[in-house]
Amino acid sequence: MRGILLQSAIISTPIEWYIMLSAVLFTIGACGVMVKRNAIIIFACVELMLNAVNLLLVAFSSYHSDASAQVFVFFIMAVAAAEVAVGLAILSMIYRNLKSIDINVLSKLKH
Amino acid sequence: MKGLFIICGLGIFAMLAEIFKGFGLKKILQPVVLLGIVVAFVLNILTEWNNPMSISYFNNMIVFDNFALAFSGVILATAFFWFVFANDYFENSSDVTDHFALVLFALVGALMLTAYKNMTTLFLGIEIMSIPLYVLAASRKNDVKSNEAGFKYLILGSFATGFLLFGIALVYGATGSFDIMVIRAKISAAQGGLPLFFHAGVIMMLVAMCFKVAAAPFHFWTPDVYQGSPTVITAFMSTIVKTAAFTAFIRLFLVGFGGISEKWEMVMAAIIALSLVIANVTAVSQGSVKRMLAYSSISHAAFMLMGVLAVQPGMSIPGILYYTLAYSVGSITAFSVLYNVSKDSGEGFEGFNGLGKRNPVMAFCMAVAMLSLAGIPVTAGFFAKYFIFATIMATSFKWLLVLAVLTSAIGVYYYFKVIIAMYFKPADKTEKVPVEMQVMLIMIITTLLTIAIGVVPGYVIDMLGNSH
Repeated sequence: MRGILLQSAIISTPIEWYIMLSAVLFTIGACGVMVKRNAIIIFACVELMLNAVNLLLVAFSSYHSDASAQVFVFFIMAVAAAEVAVGLAILSMIYRNLKSIDINVLSKLKH
Repeated sequence: MKGLFIICGLGIFAMLAEIFKGFGLKKILQPVVLLGIVVAFVLNILTEWNNPMSISYFNNMIVFDNFALAFSGVILATAFFWFVFANDYFENSSDVTDHFALVLFALVGALMLTAYKNMTTLFLGIEIMSIPLYVLAASRKNDVKSNEAGFKYLILGSFATGFLLFGIALVYGATGSFDIMVIRAKISAAQGGLPLFFHAGVIMMLVAMCFKVAAAPFHFWTPDVYQGSPTVITAFMSTIVKTAAFTAFIRLFLVGFGGISEKWEMVMAAIIALSLVIANVTAVSQGSVKRMLAYSSISHAAFMLMGVLAVQPGMSIPGILYYTLAYSVGSITAFSVLYNVSKDSGEGFEGFNGLGKRNPVMAFCMAVAMLSLAGIPVTAGFFAKYFIFATIMATSFKWLLVLAVLTSAIGVYYYFKVIIAMYFKPADKTEKVPVEMQVMLIMIITTLLTIAIGVVPGYVIDMLGNSH
């Protein structure tokens, strides 16, 4: 009974609300990438951006009754995991060389 | 498609070569890879060129039509030259096989980008191409500059991917499909009745793609990443990656969103104008040739974008094909000379002083490459610019043409700085810059190719004539 109620609540929520919610999440993530100085937080913000996209895709998927967007979400998850793995490896290399993960130390290339 | 499978197989072979070290697979790795690229190139042309059957794979997600095959051809040819001249870098590094595998998988992503017909494969292609490059950019582990380059590339690359995905999600929301052709049909059926968020999605995808091809104002990562990465990796990024990203751009905006060009063409025109001015003006004051080439790659991106902006597939696609070929071949020559010179005397302009006396042949190759990149007649670069200008003449963006000609004039100045250094400045040293025989051969071949396709440009242009 609760499941059915929940499902009807999800379907009766207008699609615009989902778009709004994920746009807000995406903006928070994007602002975080630009403002934050700690590399780990920046990675977390990128993840937030990608998860906002996942939410939007799933919402549209149920709106169109089409499963292809849900498959796309799996691709995004897998790729995001690969990206973070590479990112953390590079980060640990930077830490080994510079003993810091604050991105302000990364200014060795001249402008 | 067979080419794609072969390159995939080569990547796996490179990884196996590390495991079976005892059998001496490491020694034969480079010849096997070169042979594999040639086989992929030939098989692509023999089995799939002009073949209406069996060109579509995985429910139309990947389609190897003539358009895709022509651009894969450019990519594979560039990759062949690249593997010959980069061999020296591989031999000196401790993990040769890893680097080979990463480059080959990046190549797989690049080939996917030429042939995608679905936004899933667009996204996967971009990521398969980018993730190995993040690692390669940071591949000099103890060099802080290389670390910084890799990190910046990673953060800005995944930031751009976020925009691309949000754009894809919005476009999917409006049209209900990821398929480029279905989206195209939906756009022409809707007659402008698409929701506002669809247009927002298109603009977000445009921004993300401009990040990937490094057009201003989304170019901030380019000079730093190009400078910090090992020179051979920079050469890979500025030729193969750029060609692949432009192929993706054409497919998306000329084929997919061509029907609503009035919504995005002003944004793109502004991006082109900014790229032309910022890149050419900033390049003048650079002290390092590598950084100068990075800014020059931004201005070349602007030229290729002009071809996309024209939205005339019949003229734009051959024009951009010719441009990518001319630009890739010229850049490979320039980077291979730069790589050998910088090992001897650094990356600054003064490193080239007196090269005309020290290594006359190498200096001649560099001079031809610079003339081609500057767009001086008889070299390929001139006709590349000419075809793009002819395409844009037929549109309402003639003011861009004026801007492009003016900024090209600035471009001539900084390309000639290299030529002047080589021929008119006294050398600090007198002995020759050491160059391997096979690298020298590649320099000469690419230089001859630059002149050859400049003399008979029609051959490349007509190649695609009957494909759409």
